[in-house]
Amino acid sequence: MRGGPAVNAGTGRPDPGGHSRDNRKRRGDEKQLVPEAEFRSYYGRPVVKETVWGPDIPSYLFLGGLAGASSTLAAGAHLTGRPELARALKCGAAGAISLSTVALVHDLGRRTRFVNMLRVLKLTSPMSIGTWILSGYTPLALAAAASTVTRKAPRAGLAATIAAALLGPGVASYTAVLLGDTAAPAWHEAHRELPFLFAGSAATAAGGLGMLSVRPGKAGQAIRFAVLGAAGEIAAKSLLLQRLGPAAEPYQTGRAGQLMDISEVLTSTGLAVAVVAGRSRVGAPLAGLALMAASALTRFGVFEAGRASARDPKYTVVPQRERRQDVNPES
Amino acid sequence: MPSLHTGATPELGHPGLDPAAVAGYSDHPPRMGFFTDTSVCIGCKACEVACKEWNTVPEDGLVLTGMSYDNTADLSASTWRHVAFIEQPAADGDLRWLMASNVCKHCTEAACLDVCPTGALMRTEFGTVVVQDDICNGCGYCVSACPFGVIGRSETDGGAHKCTLCYDRLGEGLTPACAKACPTESIQFGPLDELRERAQQRVGDLHAAGQSHAQLYGCDQADGIGGAGAMFLLLDEPEVYGLPPDPVVTTRDLPRMWRLAAVAAGSLIAAAALACAAGRR
Repeated sequence: MRGGPAVNAGTGRPDPGGHSRDNRKRRGDEKQLVPEAEFRSYYGRPVVKETVWGPDIPSYLFLGGLAGASSTLAAGAHLTGRPELARALKCGAAGAISLSTVALVHDLGRRTRFVNMLRVLKLTSPMSIGTWILSGYTPLALAAAASTVTRKAPRAGLAATIAAALLGPGVASYTAVLLGDTAAPAWHEAHRELPFLFAGSAATAAGGLGMLSVRPGKAGQAIRFAVLGAAGEIAAKSLLLQRLGPAAEPYQTGRAGQLMDISEVLTSTGLAVAVVAGRSRVGAPLAGLALMAASALTRFGVFEAGRASARDPKYTVVPQRERRQDVNPES
Repeated sequence: MPSLHTGATPELGHPGLDPAAVAGYSDHPPRMGFFTDTSVCIGCKACEVACKEWNTVPEDGLVLTGMSYDNTADLSASTWRHVAFIEQPAADGDLRWLMASNVCKHCTEAACLDVCPTGALMRTEFGTVVVQDDICNGCGYCVSACPFGVIGRSETDGGAHKCTLCYDRLGEGLTPACAKACPTESIQFGPLDELRERAQQRVGDLHAAGQSHAQLYGCDQADGIGGAGAMFLLLDEPEVYGLPPDPVVTTRDLPRMWRLAAVAAGSLIAAAALACAAGRR
């Protein structure tokens, strides 16, 4: 994985075994700046399987993060006397988590059996833990919103608001473990930074929702939350790219790279507008929209990076080969 | 109430782990498995056919891949044995054939089993890993978790499927269909301890005969999956056959992932508190 596309990736129809070594030598003679990754594969076919998850899942990564972080900010707004912002965020959280549930069930191969998720509680399965977190969080988020909208049962509403605020961050960050706990190289290798990337992205989205849905001048807390979230997201992403080195390539190239790049532009634009024109009637919602879109694109970008890294055997074989040689040099 | 008994491996990274005992079987038969000696495989694909016949695995299309005699391509929901064909230039300038019948590894530390959220994937008393089709809801998590790319989700019935090591035949004391059909005893079935010894013997014999590249795959119980329940003797590096050179079960890093996610969740609460407290001035 020492930079550059693998010998097999270029042709799409590589030879197995010894042939690819010869190809590499020939290419090496052509004075390439970066040496080709040296690895062999079975006709260039993937070693691990690409995820069978569809666009439902990155949509859920975004919506779940939006909901969870919105609940947390909503409680803060509620407790510090910002009812307008609190109401908008609670309603947003309830809507986002409802859509999430639809997306999650829709992605199943056998949708009518979605309740089988509740048969067991498994610490070794992030999807199992996530299901239980969601099962606790969703009714609370719905109750908090219902109480605010109907203005009924304010005490129960406050209790639900606070409980949802405590569970919400779990909804926003467990999804990083969901991806990290796979054999998709780009997801697993990034398992240290993904929780912070996702938490930051969730805060960016929730802050954006706040800016989009309340009157300008009432969105101060949302702007500050978005700034903190975006800072965390940018820091986590640069840490990820730096630590992974060549293994970060799936995040920087192809469709994933495009999505991540657009997300970055939208984040910085949204932040700049929020800070400069956060109190204007046009600026605030525009910035909010940009930040929410940025968060969604980040999730789709990370999702695509995992898919791309599973498709190309290079990302599976090269690091494992290096690991094996470290232990057993003659192998 | 949901059951806490799941069959997943709670103690990871312990060589010599007895997976059936870990899953809760107190009195169980010896761990059974495969030893696939690819040095005597002739590429007849009888294993592929026998597997499909016995397990009524649906056909998966008639396509020509252009990959030597391999038109099966890989293991999937509808392919539980897959014969790989590799053509290599040999040392004497002639052509060398490598043929290998791949199968589910029935890992000691099985990622598919660990991540399954419904308990559909379970450990049998023989130490093997099977999908209970009546429970699987097709979430597809096992597909992404398997470090070997073995298990797949069916397009037709939406469920996850893979080799069962012929669980139904094992219960009757029978040999799995693929091993039974193999005409050269390339696929050997038996108690894993015996197979391990046999594998060591065989690779020693091959080394003595000058086959210096012969190597065992999945035999080391200290490897990243705690040793495989389906081992192989290979004549070239694993990746040449489409096998990962050094697979590690993803759940080994899970405790760290949970810790970091908890810290991330905490910092989200802190960020909200900070954003709101600052606004009170």
